[in-house]
Amino acid sequence: MSGVALDPKTSPVFPMAAKAALGDTQMRKNVRHATNVIQTKRGRVVGEMPDWQQLREAGKQIRQHTMEHLDFYLEQFEENCTRVGGVVHWARDAEEAKRIVTGLVKASGSDEVIKIKSMTTEEIHLNDALEAAGIHAYETDLAELIIQLGQDQPSHIVVPALHKNRQQIREIFQRKMNLPELGESPQDLADAARMFLREKFLRVKTGVSGANFLIAETGGVCIVESEGNGRMCLTLPETLITIAGIDKVLPRFQDLEVVLQLLPRSATGERMNPYNSIWTGVKEGDGPRAFHVVLMDNARTEILADKEGRQTLNCIRCGACQNVCPVYRQTGGQAYGSVYAGPIGAILTPQLQEMHHAQSLPYASSLCGACYEVCPVKINIPEVLIHLRNKVVKQNTAGIVGLFDVEAGAMKAMAMIFKSERRFRAAQRLGRMAETPLVRKDGRGVGWIGWLPGMLGGWTQVRDLQEMPKETFRDWWEKRRTNGN
Amino acid sequence: MRVSLFITCYNDTLFPETGKSVVKVLERLGHTVEFPAGQTCCGQMHYNTGYQSEAMPLVQRFVDQFREAEAVVVPSSSCVAMMKDHYPKMAAEIGDAKLIADVDALLPRVYEFSEFLTRGLGLEDVGAYYPHRVTYHASCHGLRNLELGDGPLRLLKAVRGIDLVPLEGLEQCCGFGGTFAVKNADVSSAMLSEKTTAILNTKAEACTACDNSCLMHIQGALHRQRTGVKTVHLAEILAGDEGAAR
Ligand code: SF4
Repeated sequence: MSGVALDPKTSPVFPMAAKAALGDTQMRKNVRHATNVIQTKRGRVVGEMPDWQQLREAGKQIRQHTMEHLDFYLEQFEENCTRVGGVVHWARDAEEAKRIVTGLVKASGSDEVIKIKSMTTEEIHLNDALEAAGIHAYETDLAELIIQLGQDQPSHIVVPALHKNRQQIREIFQRKMNLPELGESPQDLADAARMFLREKFLRVKTGVSGANFLIAETGGVCIVESEGNGRMCLTLPETLITIAGIDKVLPRFQDLEVVLQLLPRSATGERMNPYNSIWTGVKEGDGPRAFHVVLMDNARTEILADKEGRQTLNCIRCGACQNVCPVYRQTGGQAYGSVYAGPIGAILTPQLQEMHHAQSLPYASSLCGACYEVCPVKINIPEVLIHLRNKVVKQNTAGIVGLFDVEAGAMKAMAMIFKSERRFRAAQRLGRMAETPLVRKDGRGVGWIGWLPGMLGGWTQVRDLQEMPKETFRDWWEKRRTNGN
Repeated sequence: MRVSLFITCYNDTLFPETGKSVVKVLERLGHTVEFPAGQTCCGQMHYNTGYQSEAMPLVQRFVDQFREAEAVVVPSSSCVAMMKDHYPKMAAEIGDAKLIADVDALLPRVYEFSEFLTRGLGLEDVGAYYPHRVTYHASCHGLRNLELGDGPLRLLKAVRGIDLVPLEGLEQCCGFGGTFAVKNADVSSAMLSEKTTAILNTKAEACTACDNSCLMHIQGALHRQRTGVKTVHLAEILAGDEGAAR
């Protein structure tokens, strides 16, 4: 694990990164254990909801409606937030967002910030930008703190340090907090983190947060969390800067009724988050005196413009699709080369890159559909994956280079074959001939192929392939017909 | 009933025994089986790998071949899922009103094989005999896209002589996923190895499923590891009878 930020632009393709991750037995054990625990809890609290499917449908409708009228709700949010004393900033992309936040922190007169966990700031590598401007950011979410102290990278959108176990966390704390005697009980670790963070909460005057939801109707911002450290970041500083993707907006306060049932149950298997904070503007003598919201696009409008990819923006970042994904459960999150891992990452990351990077991610799925089944807002992830695969194929087969694409060539040849029964039968015969040199008979006289060339070699790494039968079904059928059976 | 068999390209080529078994079961139940000769492939591999335009002509071909069918039976849940999930959208994209209407009219008559028996005919006992220890693997497309539920298991439970053992992690993907198995061979292998471990833990002689695609992948590893455990399509178990029993 490294301190190098996860960046889709420079990350290795998924199959390569996955191969490396598969070699990390400890990490895989940790991921397996943690995702099992969360899934069991989720199953229990979802199971007790008789109207879960209706809730999912309601969640989907709310999010879909919001995306269809996003311009309207964003402006409504701006108007209402401004009215109650907030300052709204618009950022077209990551660079602009980082510039705005850095400027705001400097203007607050602080060279330190406390941060509540925010995947949006991870998406744009805000901490690096702050550091470069001489501002130190302290992560205060326990998992993010572990990542930061361990010079690691997040591997899950809800539980960023999911790939670390308790012993590893203790080791990081011992080293970085200078506590050689630290025990490894949850209590010991929580106490150490508390001691470490309290001092920061009381000293640092500027806070940076993400947002779970922006409420257009009131101009309020909502964050849910489990530790209360977020609440500290939201209430103690003099200046609070919230950065949120433009997809985080909800039309009405009442919509929280639906999403605040869906989110905690899906995310951590809790009926409700221990801390639900909603703040609306600034109030004399209570909380921060200055409040800024940076609304960041960073390719979200491009996603919105794509009719089939659009549903990606409905995501409420619960991470349930990650926990259930058989691919994620094998590789952990960092193999996805992006802060958004697992099924949601496989569809979101390439789109956030406007399909210029991360083209291997839409293929990082067996299309088993487990993600769609658990998604609280019913995002049909397999459908979006297939849609993005089509975009990748179009990219790869465009122009002169495309003419030499081996896979595309084979696919086109197969398509020609399937267009005619005659050609199909010829291909079946040809296949039998072509495989003959590769077939080895076993003791019972059954032929098996243990090695295949080129790309197909992936198959024979761990599997054999039975030789083709002498007679196809349709040959048998015809013979049977002519024999008058 | 007049049942039209869509064998699918890979069953036709690689698993003819499955097709023969489907014919045997349906005929034993008193139905007439037809096999439209011009059929080839549903287009799943192309579609799911991103070659949508290559898959498009196959929608028309399928409709042309099966338009008249009373019921279309397919011994592959992933191919049925392909058709049910994507054909309407594909027809709409082609924009041919006739094709859209034809697809709409035809799809409700398309059944995965076990689904045809349980939902189409309302059967559980199809008169099969199969005196072996068997475990059942639920393929993802059957489980989630077609929502077959315990249909295949009810069919298996009614088989005489069978010793049916439950498979742990039934809802877990085996890691096949079509071109996923070669494009992400390492992850696919890791998923597969969990599946084969679960299968071996059941001490079953054979693992069955509604999809030969998953089974081919599972069988590949079971054979490589010299386990002696075989894979067999559900249709082949249901085709078993006392005369055929070894
Ligand atoms: S895609 Fe759905 S399941 Fe996955 S994180 Fe988003 S809301 Fe949760």
